[in-house]
Amino acid sequence: MKHIISALVENKPGVLAHVAGMFAARAFNIDSLVVGRTEEPDLSRMTIVVIGDDRVVEQVRKQLAKIVPVVKVQDFVGQPVVARDLMLIAISAPAAKRPEVLSLIEMFKGKVVDIGQKFVMAEISGPEAKIEAFINVCRPYGIKSVARTGTIAMPRQPKTEV
Amino acid sequence: MKPRSTLPAGSAGKSSIKTGAEIIVETLIEQGVDTMFGYPGGVVLPLFDKLYDAPINFIIPRHEQGGCHMADAYSRASGKVGVVVTTSGPGACNLTTGLATASMDSVALVALTGQVRTELIGNDAFQEADTTGITRPVTKYNCIVKDVKDLARTIREAFHIASTARPGPVLIDIPVDVSVTRCASDGTEKMELPGYKVRTKGNSRQISMAAKAINQSQRPVLYVGGGVISANASEQMRSLAEKAHLPVTTTLLGLGSYDQNRAESLDMLGMHGSAYANYAVQECDLLIAVGARFDDRITGPVKSFAPHAKVIHIDIDPASISKNVRVDIPVVGDAKIILEALTKEVEFRERKEWFARIAQWKEKFPFRYDRNSSAIKPQYVIEELCGQTKGEAIITTGVGQNQMWAAQFYRFSRPRQLISSGGLGTMGFGLPAAIGAQVARPDATVVDIDGDHSFNMTMTELSTAVQYELPIKVCILNNGYMGMVRQWQELFYNKRYSKSYVSNPEYAAVAEALGAVGITVDKKADVPKAIKQMLAEKRPCVVDFKVEREENVWPMVPAGKSINEMDGLDILESIA
Repeated sequence: MKHIISALVENKPGVLAHVAGMFAARAFNIDSLVVGRTEEPDLSRMTIVVIGDDRVVEQVRKQLAKIVPVVKVQDFVGQPVVARDLMLIAISAPAAKRPEVLSLIEMFKGKVVDIGQKFVMAEISGPEAKIEAFINVCRPYGIKSVARTGTIAMPRQPKTEV
Repeated sequence: MKPRSTLPAGSAGKSSIKTGAEIIVETLIEQGVDTMFGYPGGVVLPLFDKLYDAPINFIIPRHEQGGCHMADAYSRASGKVGVVVTTSGPGACNLTTGLATASMDSVALVALTGQVRTELIGNDAFQEADTTGITRPVTKYNCIVKDVKDLARTIREAFHIASTARPGPVLIDIPVDVSVTRCASDGTEKMELPGYKVRTKGNSRQISMAAKAINQSQRPVLYVGGGVISANASEQMRSLAEKAHLPVTTTLLGLGSYDQNRAESLDMLGMHGSAYANYAVQECDLLIAVGARFDDRITGPVKSFAPHAKVIHIDIDPASISKNVRVDIPVVGDAKIILEALTKEVEFRERKEWFARIAQWKEKFPFRYDRNSSAIKPQYVIEELCGQTKGEAIITTGVGQNQMWAAQFYRFSRPRQLISSGGLGTMGFGLPAAIGAQVARPDATVVDIDGDHSFNMTMTELSTAVQYELPIKVCILNNGYMGMVRQWQELFYNKRYSKSYVSNPEYAAVAEALGAVGITVDKKADVPKAIKQMLAEKRPCVVDFKVEREENVWPMVPAGKSINEMDGLDILESIA
């Protein structure tokens, strides 16, 4: 099962190496790992997607929490979350095919961010499944390259007062 | 290079201007350090200059690995934080085995390493190594200090992290320019560890559940690990065992936490544990693990480990809970506090049948060896040593057969009495560990029960013991083999003794050459006399016991078998 784990970490050198090293040393598989700054200058957030059974992911969570500069760890499994990936994709789009490609981008609510002689670069964001779907529909046209961020996520806010 | 001040002009206040090296020494003393182990080198010269007249007892090993093991054993013997300091590059690299040893066995250690100048880092400078990168997986925490202003705080954090929660080694890497830079320090720089939380008090509801399970159990076993010793909770554990009337088995590192001379002691469990401990664990209806981590040498295949038992696990490390074996009642916190609370809630139960069954196993399958043999049996040497030291010596060990026999045949009764590399299984640990333990406990009798091949790995440290006039004793159980490797080759590789022996020196001559006393014993009748002489020696003393060459450690749980499926019980019965 896929788990999105969010770790708030101290913004210190070596933290990423520590986290990545722990995953390697304990033979946990990382599907994706995203690091970025937060609203607090001293803290960064790592969003890590891990695939494994409950016992493995429980260990991942505990081992992460054990790392000294890791401040807080949350596993979003079973909670309503907003999860997004961002992708830049360069698609082959010669003049004859270009209208088709542009309409696909529009259908996926993507943005054209660069146009060259042979290629169109699009920016697509959304849940991972949507990103995958877009890659699949672009394949017949020819994909030059793809750059993806991996998943970031945040739990949804309560809708009613409890 | 002229040291530059990082302090703005005119803002001295109460604090005074110090160099990084001065801050290091002052903060170490503030943390209660009076003993250090280490080896100098280029980039730590500013620090060693400050150590020249510091009130710190400094032990120089012959190799940094030895220094790290000494600091480790110093910590295990005293309960204080061990401190080791080395130079950059090779000095730091040589620490790694020692750090990994301490890490696996949860030993409170602070390592300080020098590093090349900040601006040279990453340039493959002379004696540069990526020390924090290399040591990250074998430390509880490590970091590099690039600003002298962070130095005092970081050292305080290191001691706090090393000694609290589940203890472990912490390494601080200090570039040489940081050591010589001046900075204002008033000795009050506070720790900043937002991600480091220590849970000490166990959840009271969980404790009550554990008490209820204990009171209801017909066939309980208390399974105790090194965590009880590092938490200084041996007394509380004994109170619990007495009040609730529980049989007690310990891991290798737990030996000493419970008096093995008591009837309720099941001695050590696991691969070379006692048959009675292993049977009891496999038949128990409740396993109460305290400060133990269900290591594979204890459990065998986890699926068939303690198959009828409900499991209580008391541990300070939440990540230990349910890591290997599914736990029914976890209690996270300090063993001392939890055991005290738990003891209040448990009631005495006679458990006549259970204790009768255990007594039968103990009667039938004690640790045994052939006493009538004319050869020197290694077990006999240990028994004789135990008798002559009245079971009160501090014992360190190498790794392999010597270690297992020490665990089986010495009778431990006090915590911090056995110092052995359990988790990592580091050959060569015994001699430097004896030195570290003797430094911590100058008046104690410290004996390294070693194997010839383990001793070979670090015997250069004998010279350290001579220099500091440490009256350590070394009993080499010399069978001319890497005994445990040979045992496995005998049992599982058709007696093909592939590369499991080297040509050994005459240890007594080596000892004498290094300034220690050397004794060789090749007759069984000479064993008691030699041990008596060894114990009386004021100088370090090495006794080379030429023991039976192909003696095996029994019982033995073969790899992949459940712990009640021991080999060698028939052999033990035949020599009864």
